[in-house]
Amino acid sequence: MISTALTDLWYGFGVALEPHNIMWCFVGVLVGNMVGVLPGMGPLATISILLPLTFGMKPVGAILMLGGVMYGAQYGGAICSILLNLPCHPPHAVTCLDGFPMTKQGRGGVALGLTVFASFVGASWGITEMIFLSPLLVRAALQFGPAEVCSLMLLGLLAGSTLARGSPVKGVAMTVLGLFLGSVGTDLETGSERYTFGMTELDDGIELIALALGLFGIAEFMSSVNQVAPINTKYTHVSLKDMRPTKADMKRAFFPMWRGTIIGSLCSLIPGTGPTIASFVAYATEKKISKHPEKFGTGLIEGVVCPEASTHSSVQGDFIPTMSLGIPGDAVMALLLGALMIQGIVPGPQLISQHPDIFWGLVASFWIGNIMLVLLNVPLISIWVKMLAIPYKFLYPSAMFFVCIGVYAANNDFFQVGEVAVIGLFGYVLLRLGYHPAPILLGFVLGPRFEENFRRAMLIARGDITVFVQRPISAVFVALCVLLIGSQIYFRLKGSKADLEPADENAGLDGRPAGAELAAQQLPATPAE
Amino acid sequence: MQPSTSLLRDLVRKRDFYAGGLMVLIGLGIALKGSSYRAGTLMHMGPGFLPTALGIILVLLGIGIAATALAPAGPGSDESQSILPEHPQWWAWFCILMSPICFIFFGRYFGMAPATFSCIFIAALGDKGATVKSTVILSTVVTIFGVGLFSYFLQVPMPIFTWRGGL
Repeated sequence: MISTALTDLWYGFGVALEPHNIMWCFVGVLVGNMVGVLPGMGPLATISILLPLTFGMKPVGAILMLGGVMYGAQYGGAICSILLNLPCHPPHAVTCLDGFPMTKQGRGGVALGLTVFASFVGASWGITEMIFLSPLLVRAALQFGPAEVCSLMLLGLLAGSTLARGSPVKGVAMTVLGLFLGSVGTDLETGSERYTFGMTELDDGIELIALALGLFGIAEFMSSVNQVAPINTKYTHVSLKDMRPTKADMKRAFFPMWRGTIIGSLCSLIPGTGPTIASFVAYATEKKISKHPEKFGTGLIEGVVCPEASTHSSVQGDFIPTMSLGIPGDAVMALLLGALMIQGIVPGPQLISQHPDIFWGLVASFWIGNIMLVLLNVPLISIWVKMLAIPYKFLYPSAMFFVCIGVYAANNDFFQVGEVAVIGLFGYVLLRLGYHPAPILLGFVLGPRFEENFRRAMLIARGDITVFVQRPISAVFVALCVLLIGSQIYFRLKGSKADLEPADENAGLDGRPAGAELAAQQLPATPAE
Repeated sequence: MQPSTSLLRDLVRKRDFYAGGLMVLIGLGIALKGSSYRAGTLMHMGPGFLPTALGIILVLLGIGIAATALAPAGPGSDESQSILPEHPQWWAWFCILMSPICFIFFGRYFGMAPATFSCIFIAALGDKGATVKSTVILSTVVTIFGVGLFSYFLQVPMPIFTWRGGL
């Protein structure tokens, strides 16, 4: 088994090292890194904006580039957290706690250097996990009938919506809304039109890009405009020399780094627990087992490397269910899956065998991309830091243009541009009402496949709804769903959901400095009590 | 003070009440429209089956969310309950939403370059610190860059300048 995996990996390197693929990978990590540093631009907005650029590309190049954007943005987010105390991206909110104090002590360079190293270790572990676990999962998943696929999707949807930020009930409501939005357009089986209200443009359904850009682009701009504080660039002078950690630092960071990696990979195995939860759990654990927990928050290197390693390990691990089962764990993964679907590739367990170039090329490009990021980050950090000075008032109008032209280019149709404006307004209303729109995307991407499999399962079972608990594998998934909901209710009644809900609402993609302070106030209560 | 009015006032302040209410409305809309499609049987589901079911679930969830608004606020929930943010940015919101509309209008009748320019110009006006000069400079720079990227490099089929009369 190991030898086949290694042969496949070798083949993957062959794909990823083709000149155009390596170029797209490089473009992806570079742009992701760059945009990840910018406050107020999360990876979701970045990937949706870049999605239209990939239409003309081959599927392998497209997914390599979008994947690169995603983990590139993770590296960039850490820079923003450590040097500016701005959690541009929720997983890095916790890095601010010890990263920024280190910067104030003049050790920001060391923190950055070790973060890059820890991220690389975390990511490498996640990729290794992906190489060996995905084929196993696929072998199991190929035995699944429609009923199993259906209950597995249900589990994925429930986990993705209840374990994410904010109230679980609201999360589920957003998922249901997403499932509904996925059903707009021509019904695949009967050919009748649903919820199109006579608009022929809606026959093909709501455009994924319009939905993503409306919810994560326009709605975010509306909530951030005139709210972004000017950035304090007092501490942002970092030279290459500062980044070299001392031997003592390396020694102190070594074990926390590995602990973070393991925690991240465990978190990625539980569906729905993305990098945000992984990084908070890692920080809390590190604080708990530390000999001097009271010093956390004053600039301990352990408090920086552990969550960062955990974030990266979990980000790579999240690709496992996405690529091998076709079930994304969070909105970013849903978007990547959507990008594959736009390219005409059907996600699911058959993906690895039908399109080995995509899967193994992606895995290999992760290694290449991560090495590129380490090499890029070290010399370019001073340039990234200068990018932080770009004011938001220049950033969002330019992004608006990318939104408009990107949505237009999807179908060369102005109707979708109107669609994005309407969705953006709706998304902002949802944001103001305390909803997080990310699960909408999850439901939207899975919706049509969920309906298809549900119908098929019902047809095979002759309309017997108990089929979902009669078939053993499906029953396990349903039991897990019940367990998930039950535990949510239990923790809610006990009133201690704090350790699962660490990412404060304000620590979101909007990069308001308030987020870091709030998270800082919240965190002392975070370790499992 | 009558208890009923204070309860009502509490309700009106609570964001969750509106949040739940919105979901109930959307759910009702989905379910009512969905029931006009053929539902079919469990074995042979029609196009209306799943959407209607989703609509009903959404109504129930909405009721659940609104019900949490009735619970007395705990000590920890000092979260802002107002729906509008502290400093509403009506002008900026208007500008951001007008930006795609301008893009559609100018794109349809005048081509990509005017569409791009107007889209950025309107959006940039939303910022408090925007001056006409800075906005014009920003719009011009991004227009040149954007048209170059999308028209020449990515070959988006949209004329750079055109004139379609008969507005």
